[in-house]
Amino acid sequence: MANVIEAEGLKRSFGDVEAVRGVDLTIGEGEIYGFLGPNGAGKSTVVKMLTTLLSPTSGSARVFGLDVVEDAGRIRLRIGAALQDASLDDKQSGREILTMQGQLYGLTKSEIAQRIDELSTLVEFEAIDRWIREYSGGMKRRLDLAASLMHNPDLLFLDEPTTGLDPSSRARVWEEVRALNSELGTTIFLTTQYLEEADELADRVGIINKGVIVGEGSPEDLKRSVGADVIQVRLADTGDSASHIIDHVTRVEGVDHVERGPNGLLVSVSNGAAAVSPVAVALDGAGAQVRELTLRTPTLDDVFLELTGDRMEVGQ
Amino acid sequence: MSSTTATVTKRAHSTLQAKPSGFMSDIVTVAKRALRAIPREPEAILPALFIPTFFYIVNIGALEDLTESFPGTPGFDYREFQLATGIIFAVTGISRATALVTDIQSGYFDRLLLSPARRLPLLLGLMVADFSLVIALCIPVIVLGLVLGASFGTGVLGVAMFILIGASWGLAFTGFPYAIALKTANPGAVASSFLLFFPFAFLTSSTVPLDALTGWMRTIARFNPITYVLEGMRSLLMDSWDWATIGKAFLAIAIVGVISQTLALSALRGRVARG
Repeated sequence: MANVIEAEGLKRSFGDVEAVRGVDLTIGEGEIYGFLGPNGAGKSTVVKMLTTLLSPTSGSARVFGLDVVEDAGRIRLRIGAALQDASLDDKQSGREILTMQGQLYGLTKSEIAQRIDELSTLVEFEAIDRWIREYSGGMKRRLDLAASLMHNPDLLFLDEPTTGLDPSSRARVWEEVRALNSELGTTIFLTTQYLEEADELADRVGIINKGVIVGEGSPEDLKRSVGADVIQVRLADTGDSASHIIDHVTRVEGVDHVERGPNGLLVSVSNGAAAVSPVAVALDGAGAQVRELTLRTPTLDDVFLELTGDRMEVGQ
Repeated sequence: MSSTTATVTKRAHSTLQAKPSGFMSDIVTVAKRALRAIPREPEAILPALFIPTFFYIVNIGALEDLTESFPGTPGFDYREFQLATGIIFAVTGISRATALVTDIQSGYFDRLLLSPARRLPLLLGLMVADFSLVIALCIPVIVLGLVLGASFGTGVLGVAMFILIGASWGLAFTGFPYAIALKTANPGAVASSFLLFFPFAFLTSSTVPLDALTGWMRTIARFNPITYVLEGMRSLLMDSWDWATIGKAFLAIAIVGVISQTLALSALRGRVARG
């Protein structure tokens, strides 16, 4: 599998602020790569560098083997991107936006008409001649996606494609992303702050926090790194006794590690069913007032907490 | 078959490939979009129609009798004299700079930058649209002038040259609002770029002939490029072609154009580099 994206030591500063502090990436052809991180983690800055919109302060990046600074023009012919906040012109119609997009990519009139027809399930036929300001948020996102697909790109960047969408529109975008990848082999670089989205779509996930990739792997591998199962403990009041309780629980056989979580503890265990009772006993022995105790499989949120010590905070 | 499968199946047959569309084609594409947008934003155009006709009529009402009674100016026609001023007011500062700010703020400018189009046509296309618009804006002012009795001694070709000088001035000036738009991405800053026009517009022979200005004002006016643009346009209302005066008008336009467009291109480079 050839590498479509290769980045080494990619950095970008804005004045004194280091938005991206040394990112290494290798993404293969046909992959869906999920780039996960909270608001302000540096996701969009990385996307802007890889899509040639922004030059790196230092480090290098190659897309299809072409340097993002030296060969920007050739890269642009092969990539498509739907950036954050559907970037459209409210006073144009959907057809006008798509036509202009086709013209900028050198498509002929008949090719543009053919392409609009092919993308017609993304942009409803009855809406395509209406001004974009009359579109709903979901329709704008889908038109933005259609615009980024007009020239049949081999690599598609989707920067938080479903942020702010209702569940039904989100599901529709997910369906389209999966289809693009599985049917056409389009490589997809997807940034998201939704753990569920990365889990659902990505073959591999890179977790970025404060401008640095802190973890990378398939969602399953990442989750496995936390432990086979997670016991989520909600406590009435952790107060000053939290460390004492954590010490007690950590000593239980089968417990991999214990993290302080929201309103309680997250206990990673190799065998949840076997560990629930001993953990409950240890909590009781430590004098913890347990409100709720839940056994579940780990999520990417647990991975994020494990790697960064913080919960993902999703911005709107 | 689900809708997605249908989409993908269709898409799979598509073999089209992107290719650079060419410099001129990109200019035309960008200009067509900008021209499409003009009638959709009448609020941006109506002041450009109102202000010149207002000044034209008000100046005539206020100064016609006074200026035509100056000693040593037999046959002076203030209505003809003011026509060039009206055109300058119609065409100066007319640009798609505010729309460009909207594009930057909405992210649409990034979408254009993501395309293989070269950067310069993204700006030149807007200017082509501006040039077309200022030509259109000249027409109602000229019609008003003709209705009020102005006449072109140089005939129809003189009218065309009159419009060309006015529109070229309008185009030369657009560099300033575009530079501000690209530098600041702030609609307020772009709107106040009109203030730049004030010294150009009033420290000159826009209301009375150069010789009638007071000493210090006359000195400043002699350094004001608009003075030469106005004189070039007014010469076309005379009975013969005064190529030297017309040449000075185009030279003044070229000087301002080089300065303003250099600023705009520099701001474009800065915007592209900043991302």
